[in-house]
Amino acid sequence: MISSKTTNKIMKGVFWISASLIIIILFLILGYVFSEGITALDYSFITEMPKDNWREGGIYPAIIGTLILVAVALLFAVPLGVLTGVYLVEFRREDKLTQCIRVSVDSLNAVPSIVFGLFGLSLFFYYLRDLTGGPTILSGGLTLGFMILPTIIRTSEVALRSVPLSEKLGSYALGATKLQTISRIIIPSSIPGIITGVILGFGRAAGETAPIIFMVVLNPVLPGFPYLFSQCNALTTQIYYLTSEAVSIERAFGMAFVLISIILISNYFARLINKYMARNIKR
Amino acid sequence: MNNQKKEEIVKHTLFIFSTTASLLLILIIVFLFNEAGRLFTEISILDFLLGTEWNPGKGLYGAFPFMFFSLIVTAGALLIAIPLGVSCAIFLAEIAPSWARDITRPVIELLAGIPSIIYGLFGLVIIVRFVKITLELATGETLLVGSIILAIMILPIIISISQDSIESVPGSFKKGSLAMGATEWQTLRKIIIPAALPGIFAGVILGVGRAIGETMAVVLVLGNSENLPHLVKQLLGEQAAGNVIQIINQIPEIMLKPGEALTSAILLEMGPAEVGGIHYSALFAMGVLLFIITFILSVSSNIILSKSQINLK
Amino acid sequence: MDAVNEIEVRNLNLWYTDNHALRDINLDIKKNKITALIGPSGCGKSTFLRCINRMNDLIDGVRVEGEILLNGNNVYDKNVDVVGLRKKIGQVFQKPNPFPMTIYDNIAYGPRIHGVSSGEIDDLVEESLKAAALWGEVSDRLKIPALELSGGQQQRLCIARALAVKPEVILFDEPCSALDPISTHKIEDLLQELKKQYTIVIVTHNMQQAARVSDYTGFFLLGEMIEYNRTRILFENPQKKETEDYITGRFG
Repeated sequence: MISSKTTNKIMKGVFWISASLIIIILFLILGYVFSEGITALDYSFITEMPKDNWREGGIYPAIIGTLILVAVALLFAVPLGVLTGVYLVEFRREDKLTQCIRVSVDSLNAVPSIVFGLFGLSLFFYYLRDLTGGPTILSGGLTLGFMILPTIIRTSEVALRSVPLSEKLGSYALGATKLQTISRIIIPSSIPGIITGVILGFGRAAGETAPIIFMVVLNPVLPGFPYLFSQCNALTTQIYYLTSEAVSIERAFGMAFVLISIILISNYFARLINKYMARNIKR
Repeated sequence: MNNQKKEEIVKHTLFIFSTTASLLLILIIVFLFNEAGRLFTEISILDFLLGTEWNPGKGLYGAFPFMFFSLIVTAGALLIAIPLGVSCAIFLAEIAPSWARDITRPVIELLAGIPSIIYGLFGLVIIVRFVKITLELATGETLLVGSIILAIMILPIIISISQDSIESVPGSFKKGSLAMGATEWQTLRKIIIPAALPGIFAGVILGVGRAIGETMAVVLVLGNSENLPHLVKQLLGEQAAGNVIQIINQIPEIMLKPGEALTSAILLEMGPAEVGGIHYSALFAMGVLLFIITFILSVSSNIILSKSQINLK
Repeated sequence: MDAVNEIEVRNLNLWYTDNHALRDINLDIKKNKITALIGPSGCGKSTFLRCINRMNDLIDGVRVEGEILLNGNNVYDKNVDVVGLRKKIGQVFQKPNPFPMTIYDNIAYGPRIHGVSSGEIDDLVEESLKAAALWGEVSDRLKIPALELSGGQQQRLCIARALAVKPEVILFDEPCSALDPISTHKIEDLLQELKKQYTIVIVTHNMQQAARVSDYTGFFLLGEMIEYNRTRILFENPQKKETEDYITGRFG
């Protein structure tokens, strides 16, 4: 019979090991992607057009394509998400309708990315082809925008809700209207939280493959101004293509390196902005 | 007066914006069902759900094999992710000194932020090779590797929701137990984990949703063979309830074979499928299936979470 | 009672959904005097205070009957502009609640939302901070976040912020309850200065404070105003038994 003290020690050991295991897994993945990716990486890899069906040259169009797609997604989702948050927090008491909106947001968040891909395919390709031009930045960007909308709504809601009541009352007591209080007190105070949400959305949109796989093209293409109706490439879909068609695993890792770097750097900036702004408006 | 009017206008405008999420959900449902509907003018729903043969060339659209593989891979992922995730959550909520928490928390955030295509790439190059060599298999692209990769991918959600629910167990419960001379582990096992169980369960359900809906990682590591293992097919053909047990007995062996998930099938076959055709419609029907499953999982997880919060208050 | 009435309260009743929280309040608040409202917690004195600038409008389920006349005009009239009313009647809260902005922007917030041109704001900020006896301490660091000030300084900042919109009446809701004795003393001194220009209503649970600073005192109990009189008379010669019990410390 093992004493309860010994069991306690063993179990504590198990918890420590499981946490360490998770850290090891992350470093294994990141370490491997970085060490493999860095061999493919040089200045021309990032800045040049690909040659020989992406086997040689750079991946510039994929980087640009991803950035533009994500920009369109954010342009769609951020205003809508923040305004939805403002409505839910400031204009609406808890009732059936807010519950309905909340259930929709949660359900939308749980919809698999490939299903968004199917939806985008049907909507933008089949029914609205004349409007969107089929596989264009508009179609892909909006599909990604649909995907990240729940993330933006939720983080905005949390950020707006965290503004203390005392600050709102202080504003009303000075004779501010509701709209003045929202635009001058509540939204400025929640900006760090909203930015965190935007960056989360950015990372998620940049890393998605399935929703845009029917919306991007494989041949290298540099989208021209005003972008919306141009075709484009994306990092994620190119990684998939290079890997699944066994074109070049090395270059797939090079792209993976670039993709993860974009996401990590944006996360880092989010933290920085958050810290800086939180210091300015600390409570 | 003027102010009130402005406020009303803003309120109504914001209301219109805030319906976008609901509208989007409705649109998704309408479009998916609309596209999927055409399939069922040709074959019956039962043939789609239970048919074991998928051969668009011959007009056979049995989605059972894909469902079977999705289920098995997800179950395997849970087998790995639940013990690992829950113990990591306990570690973070109850055991870890603050420095260890400061290291572990960003690690979990990073794991959640890695794109699924990169998990797939890593799985294909490292885990597939590793499994092939160590288990001396013909191919390493197996359900086992799919489960391992999915387990890693759903760890963050299981950990964060479990941790939240463990932390929301009132400290007085814990103090009361420790004051009676119970060890930390006894307190965890008898008091804290039971109280946090609904929340942990909700996290697991969300994890299941993620795993079933995951596409890119799965498509790269599963080998994408839609043929049901011969034995399963044979056993399904004979109609004896006892066969289920025999299938379960076969699972360890099945795990070492390739498969193809619902999500992979949609991704791989959408290209060749003719837009508006029956094959195309059958792929949307699989999308509907995925949508229904993840919708039910998400709603039930939310119900469990909100109920457990009320109970703990 | 000699001074002019700034505010006259007539038969004021208030319900929080079903709870009858204020019953038939009648009261005259004198111009350029300090009126203190005392009573045990939950007696309705803060609720009453929030009726005067209609901050209760922001709480769900509140229903008000009766009249509050500000210079003869009922603030509960249908066509009253609540925003204009709150501009005329400032409020300072129990806990200092500066906005998360610079000191300067805190003071400038009110004037800006009321459309004061930016050229006049500099002067207004200085004037308000001087009037709130804070200018000397912060004149060289107006651009630092207001939340870096001490609690007492923050409360004087909130007073300055209220002064900047040029109110006629200022409501103080237990303004010193979160402050140390020295800061409390500074604010009490400040009140004496402010009453030369403004009418002041202060809710306090501190009877000594009421006795020290106010000219008139009203005693609230269970949603009713039991007694209202000149402060000295109320404390030295209370007319009602409940008042006497409270100020002699027999309950509360």
